[in-house]
Amino acid sequence: MKINLKVWRQKSSNAAGKLVEYQLDNVSEDMSFLEMFDVLNDSLTRKGEDPVTFDHDCREGICGMCSMYINGRPHGPQTGATTCQLHMRSFSDGDTIVVEPWRARAFPVIKDLMVDRTAFDRVIQAGGYVSVNTGSAPDANEILIPRSIADEAMDAAACIGCGACVAACKNASAMLFVSAKVSQLAILPQGKAEHKERAERMVAQMDAEGFGACSFTGACSVECPKSISLDHIARMNREYLGAQLTTENVQG
Amino acid sequence: MAWVTQTLSSSLGRKVIMSLTGLFLSSFLIIHMAGNLQLFKGDGGRAFNEYTYFMTHNPLIMTVSYLLYTSILVHALMAFILTRYNQSSRPVKYAYSRPEANSDWSSRNMGILGTVLLLFIIIHMRTFWYEMHFGSVPMAEYDGKEYKDLYSVVQAAFGELWYVVLYVICMVAVGYHLAHGFQSGFQTLGIRHRKYTPIIEFLGKYFFAIIIPAAFASMPIYVYLQVHHII
Repeated sequence: MKINLKVWRQKSSNAAGKLVEYQLDNVSEDMSFLEMFDVLNDSLTRKGEDPVTFDHDCREGICGMCSMYINGRPHGPQTGATTCQLHMRSFSDGDTIVVEPWRARAFPVIKDLMVDRTAFDRVIQAGGYVSVNTGSAPDANEILIPRSIADEAMDAAACIGCGACVAACKNASAMLFVSAKVSQLAILPQGKAEHKERAERMVAQMDAEGFGACSFTGACSVECPKSISLDHIARMNREYLGAQLTTENVQG
Repeated sequence: MAWVTQTLSSSLGRKVIMSLTGLFLSSFLIIHMAGNLQLFKGDGGRAFNEYTYFMTHNPLIMTVSYLLYTSILVHALMAFILTRYNQSSRPVKYAYSRPEANSDWSSRNMGILGTVLLLFIIIHMRTFWYEMHFGSVPMAEYDGKEYKDLYSVVQAAFGELWYVVLYVICMVAVGYHLAHGFQSGFQTLGIRHRKYTPIIEFLGKYFFAIIIPAAFASMPIYVYLQVHHII
């Protein structure tokens, strides 16, 4: 199949970027979207041009590195899948595909389609952990956790931190990501001890990074490759408000 | 008290202010609509005038009305602050974006809908609230007691076709604003539950987004038809 690409090219974080058109004539519909980019980059390299820089790692939908905004949607037209899980059979012969990087103040472009997502790492560093020494693995059923709670924590833990929620949100808000992390730990016994401080610190860091506020459009959850639920955002709101009203921390 | 300002100026705290003022304004709409149903009584405006007299003289209602004016201002001001903040979170826009694939139009355009509503409230308060408090409203007498005849002001305003059309359009904006706003208000407060959220969504989508705006829109239409002797 023939594919026309419009790809965002930007030399560095400070340089101005623009959409550049490319044509690929021999694209197999069995190629993944990233393999199609490999073919493009191979042809660019052979011509002595700079290949398109893009993030990728596992290419099986679990690492959260791939991050393309394809035809107006993060990770492309599929739902519940990452860019690496998108195949060219989702497109038609002769299609024009616009590919842009995630757009957010907190995710500056490093080069072409690669953005700096270390803001997420700093949010995790602010409280997305359990600081008690958990020791060696406990015996099975030593700590009883109801099945429904275990399932919900697992659903939240499915977040791969790709940033599609931020990319999809009209406010570039990170609420779905941060809430998945807050939620996952807040409902499990090991994480409960620090749940108030965690919510306070992670929200403060989220704001400091320059992510927007939540308008509850639901776009994040629709575009999330792991279909993280909006329930977690409500839980984080609850956790944060409860913490602000009841902790002894008055420093602000 | 640093923690109070810190909480209220966080992104979540600002949304809580939007939520609380918004839900309060939603609850006011029920009272406002219920009271204005007096217009349909067909008694030459007596029930309506007695109702407006009560609303402007009862001390509890007068106190709540100041809370209401404050809520409108705070809701609008905070919306402006949040909109600016949210826009600054994405300094470079997408060249091609398809938000309609993942979210409702009303949820993405609460600011535009809210601006329409703010302009409507200004016009609405100029026509009725200002006239009632500071204008020269003719008097009506029932059982030897004098009342301001606000009903005649209503008839004069809703006798104009363009004014009726403006009201109906603005009520559509109310519907879209509340279709998203009512249920969002609960989400912001963390009130989300498998048992109660469907009820909240039902109330938001049908009662606040359809029944209330439809009832309000029917008032200018009814008065117009009556004034022009069509019914």
